[in-house]
Amino acid sequence: MYRILREVLRLGKVGEKPPRTERDPASASPSSFRHSLSVRHVDAGSCNGCELELNALSGPHYGLEQAGFRFTASPRHADVLTVSGPVTRHMVAALQDCHNAMPEPRRIIAIGDCACCGGVFRGSYAVMDGVAAVLPVDLQIPGCPPDPDALLRGLLQVSGERMEG
Amino acid sequence: MPNPALRVLTDFRQWGTTLPVWSGRLCKEYWPLAAENIRAQGGRLLALWGEERRAEESGYLIHAAFLAETGIIHMEMIVDPAAAVCPGLAAIFPAALRMERTLYDLLGVRTTGTNDTRPWLRHAVWPADQFPLRADFRTENLGTAGDGDYAFVPAASLDTHEIPVGPIHAGIIEPGHFRFQVLGEEILRLEERFGYAHKGVERLFQGLDVAAGARLAGRISGDSTVAYAWSYAQAMEQIANAQVPERTQWLRALCLERERMANHLGDLGAIGNDAGLAFTLTQFQALKEDLLRENQRYFGHRYLMDRVLPGGVAFDLTAVAIAALHSAGQALKTAVGRLQEILAEHGGLRDRVVQLGVISPERAAHLGLMGVAGRASGQAWDLRVQFPHTPYDQLQVRMATATEGDVAARMAVRFLEISESLRLQEEILQKLPDGNVYHPLDLRDAAGEGVGWVEGWRGEIFFWLRMEQGNIRQCRPQDPSWVLWPALEEAVLRDIVADFPLINKSFNLSYSGHDL
Repeated sequence: MYRILREVLRLGKVGEKPPRTERDPASASPSSFRHSLSVRHVDAGSCNGCELELNALSGPHYGLEQAGFRFTASPRHADVLTVSGPVTRHMVAALQDCHNAMPEPRRIIAIGDCACCGGVFRGSYAVMDGVAAVLPVDLQIPGCPPDPDALLRGLLQVSGERMEG
Repeated sequence: MPNPALRVLTDFRQWGTTLPVWSGRLCKEYWPLAAENIRAQGGRLLALWGEERRAEESGYLIHAAFLAETGIIHMEMIVDPAAAVCPGLAAIFPAALRMERTLYDLLGVRTTGTNDTRPWLRHAVWPADQFPLRADFRTENLGTAGDGDYAFVPAASLDTHEIPVGPIHAGIIEPGHFRFQVLGEEILRLEERFGYAHKGVERLFQGLDVAAGARLAGRISGDSTVAYAWSYAQAMEQIANAQVPERTQWLRALCLERERMANHLGDLGAIGNDAGLAFTLTQFQALKEDLLRENQRYFGHRYLMDRVLPGGVAFDLTAVAIAALHSAGQALKTAVGRLQEILAEHGGLRDRVVQLGVISPERAAHLGLMGVAGRASGQAWDLRVQFPHTPYDQLQVRMATATEGDVAARMAVRFLEISESLRLQEEILQKLPDGNVYHPLDLRDAAGEGVGWVEGWRGEIFFWLRMEQGNIRQCRPQDPSWVLWPALEEAVLRDIVADFPLINKSFNLSYSGHDL
């Protein structure tokens, strides 16, 4: 126990402070989203790159929970659905089920080039070339994969914030 | 009289490459005989796949690649398109079964010798009489129907109950379905169902040029992007008959070792977290994030995507970068050492991971396991040791093995491999030869076959491809997960449902690399 505590203290606080934001008056996001989002992520056939970055986002370098956001296991608790991958045909039914299980108001974010437009898998017989072919997308975060900072900024935007200055 | 299969194997010709590859064409009768022979000599099945060759050779061409003591044995056979049936290898190599079911799903060639004719990668999206790798596959009228009526093996007793899990899982992981049959808490049976991440990669490769193919190869499984890109580059360089600059090979190995460290760090943190020790997740995630940021800064990408290209690498290291990587490596070594001691002494963690999810060395040998999971069960295969190509032939890699075959052993192998990768990084940074890092390949009219073969962090990544008139005609990327997934079904038996995430994490296999 002593050694664990020593390592915790040694690590201390890492990473940068999360970006400073203010309420965006032009945002149409419900005020209940402000600094409080539960996020359900669905991998709709990604290469696993976007999942690596989403997991990194929950790490100590990024203030995900400081910003009021957390990943949730159940779509019933989710305000935001994040989707990665080009949406394989084999995942369409499961993705729609997940979306239908979410309460309203809800938002959908397409994460990564594949989810935005199909990415390198665009045009394959087995994919839908992006989330928009299946569900209404509110925000696209491009990148291959988008880094945790871009993901955090995207979540902040959906929660109704804008960067200060 | 000598065994006829032995005789045909001596007819195999060696490819004129730097990799030890023997290749030959067999008739149907010799196909299982040759496989039996390879098995008897301790060989393993690497990959089994099919190719549309009706226009060129009036049939389908079935390929199989094995790993033997001498190197890769590649054999092929022509199958008559009218019958589209060939002998199977599932009775000899258990791992062949899913590959043969996939062979039917994608090319429509049925193998004999098994009763399991269920689809594997195909769900209900394209018609059962259509096959994506055939030239006449029609891409209109494709649906998005779910896969409701897949015939899982039914429970044999009314006392057991079933737990369906997936394709969407609780955490941030890839899609796949697990069907448990349990008695109380105890797992009596686990059946996997995959294909949810099927993106049609093999067909997508067809017609791509070298550069577009490299981009796609690096995204077959994003966590192993260096291993895939390097094996793809190896295959391309064979076809072009090109020698890449020495410095390139050393930089590629540096990328590969950093990919191994990043993934092992992430896995160790996640395994500890699944055992209820959140401390490990925070600590290892912090170490991994530092490594990823160094990757971004000195290599140009956090996960090293598109860093390895056919003909070279897309970056070079300055003296400043080398010094920075050196001191970061020293710091990582100290930090990992401290955490390893804490984890080894933590009774609560040891209680959860020791004797959990066991694959005995005998079963591991039967299933043909390799990679981290294989080495943790006494299967001493590591391409960097047995078949070292530059620069590994000058680095004397020490293989990490254990014999317990439990979650603790898979953690121990990861710890050993992190320290070995740190040692290799140190040596590479010291001995890095001078020279160019990129030499463009001339593949304008390239034609022929090539293979690539790299020890990724999970296990060996195998790449076969055929070029025609400077474009990719067909290829087959093979992830170690094909062979390792069936082992997970065995590892969880007699353990409790609540331990499944922990066991699964200790394997951490690829869905995307498997579903293609």
